[in-house]
Amino acid sequence: MEIIEFDAKWEIPFKHSAGEHATKFFEGLKQKKILGVRCPSCKRVLVPPRAFCERCFVKTDEWVEVKDEGEVLTMTVTYMKFTGLPDPPYAVGIVKLDGADTGMLCFLGGVDLSDWRKVHEIFKPGSRVKAVWKEKPEGKITDILYFKPVR
Amino acid sequence: MRRVAIVGVGQTKFKTRRRDKTHPELTYEAMQLALEHAGIEMKDVEAIAYGTMDPFDGIYLTERWDSISGAIGKPYMKISTGGTTGLTTALAAYEHVASGLFDIAMAVCVQRVGECVDAQPVLNTAVDPIYERHSGIGAIHIAAIQATVHMAKYGTTEEDLAWVSVKDHKHALKNPNAHIRMDISVEDVLKSPVICSPLKLLECCPRSDGAAVVIFASEDLAKKLRDNPAWVLGETTISDSYYIGDRPDFSHWDTLSIAGRRLYRAVGIDDPRKDIDVSELYSPFTIQEVLELEALGFAKRGEAKDYAKEGVTFVDGDMPTNPSGGVLCTNPIGATGLVRLIEAALQMMNESTNQVDDAKVALAHAWGGTLQFHTLMVVSSQKKLKG
Repeated sequence: MEIIEFDAKWEIPFKHSAGEHATKFFEGLKQKKILGVRCPSCKRVLVPPRAFCERCFVKTDEWVEVKDEGEVLTMTVTYMKFTGLPDPPYAVGIVKLDGADTGMLCFLGGVDLSDWRKVHEIFKPGSRVKAVWKEKPEGKITDILYFKPVR
Repeated sequence: MRRVAIVGVGQTKFKTRRRDKTHPELTYEAMQLALEHAGIEMKDVEAIAYGTMDPFDGIYLTERWDSISGAIGKPYMKISTGGTTGLTTALAAYEHVASGLFDIAMAVCVQRVGECVDAQPVLNTAVDPIYERHSGIGAIHIAAIQATVHMAKYGTTEEDLAWVSVKDHKHALKNPNAHIRMDISVEDVLKSPVICSPLKLLECCPRSDGAAVVIFASEDLAKKLRDNPAWVLGETTISDSYYIGDRPDFSHWDTLSIAGRRLYRAVGIDDPRKDIDVSELYSPFTIQEVLELEALGFAKRGEAKDYAKEGVTFVDGDMPTNPSGGVLCTNPIGATGLVRLIEAALQMMNESTNQVDDAKVALAHAWGGTLQFHTLMVVSSQKKLKG
């Protein structure tokens, strides 16, 4: 017996509020500035910023500008196409910017990505990277195109 | 809190897609198996805890549909906590009985990800929409960044990780319910295409369709129902920070360590290497078994990388891990955590198809939500840890 199948699809539009803190962060990107907040209790500088420190459960309103360069904590190069994700190859990593106590998820680039072992060597944990900005930032997370290696 | 045991388990044979059945029909199948195993009827079940990750099945409130399989007239609650769903649902059912409020409770988990034509868009929505969604990460990427640091810090090799896959696949050959059942070599793994460096195709889990059920009963009832119940010695669950970048060290799964220590203290486990005889850990990607063994105290940091290669974690080794073939070979995501418990319970009942000799204490684990949640449960063939 041939079992019948029904087609279905979820196509649902949403608008997510970024809140005041993220909005301020994106405004900062427009000026090629990366902003974080310092928790008054644990003193960590949180990047990207959020309205309260999740560890201390206190509001965070002390704004700190961090550098647009820092160290790679970890990374990976993707070689397979996944729906909704960028065309491969692309490299993502977690970068801890100078002045921040948390890492930020971002693209890594400026190098040939075809040999992953070479890429892992260039962007190995502890290596230094610097942001490559969009020429005309728009106040979006994509204003930082990627982080490139620096000496 | 009173003593509780697992008196029946049921799981469907996991496949890429069960075209033959609807959501509740698959649920019914697993429920029937568990009820038969326990020797009770649906009317004897007093409450149901249910778990699924709705969007993967394309049905909002799958529990509504699956309620026709047995929840009518009963207390019914739904758990949804990412990959830990399966095991956290078990915690809920267990707590129903341990609290004294109910004598028999059922944990039911179902996942029909095989009906999802493309599951990636679902995964994409699990990532923070404000700061992180643009950067192209999914489940494999997250495991890959764990591997990158562990390799850089401890010299873990691609071959070390490949051995974990070889082991799980070998174990799955003994498991008639496993999804992927094929014998592979280290070379096969190393030659498979790189998906997210350094992880390769054969180091990653499949997506499986299926259902799993566990029945918990109070001590008095458990003794009447079977000679070999699996006693619950303890359980715990924990959540970590949300933003991926907040985690201080990807080479060490610190929240799992914390959860493990809390559990061990509560149960009285001094040394998991000696006190735990078999583990079913949630490792859909090879590197995660290594991290889990280290976080849970089965190995010092940086040392678990050698375990698979040296045979330590094979079914006949010192620390058998995933004798069922694990998540690497079978992953019905929302149900996977419950399958870990089922396999751990079967080991304790001495009914596993890949039985560890003389196993008296088993650990079941699940993680979920982009490395954020962990759930653990310890079961035993004995009522107490020691004697």
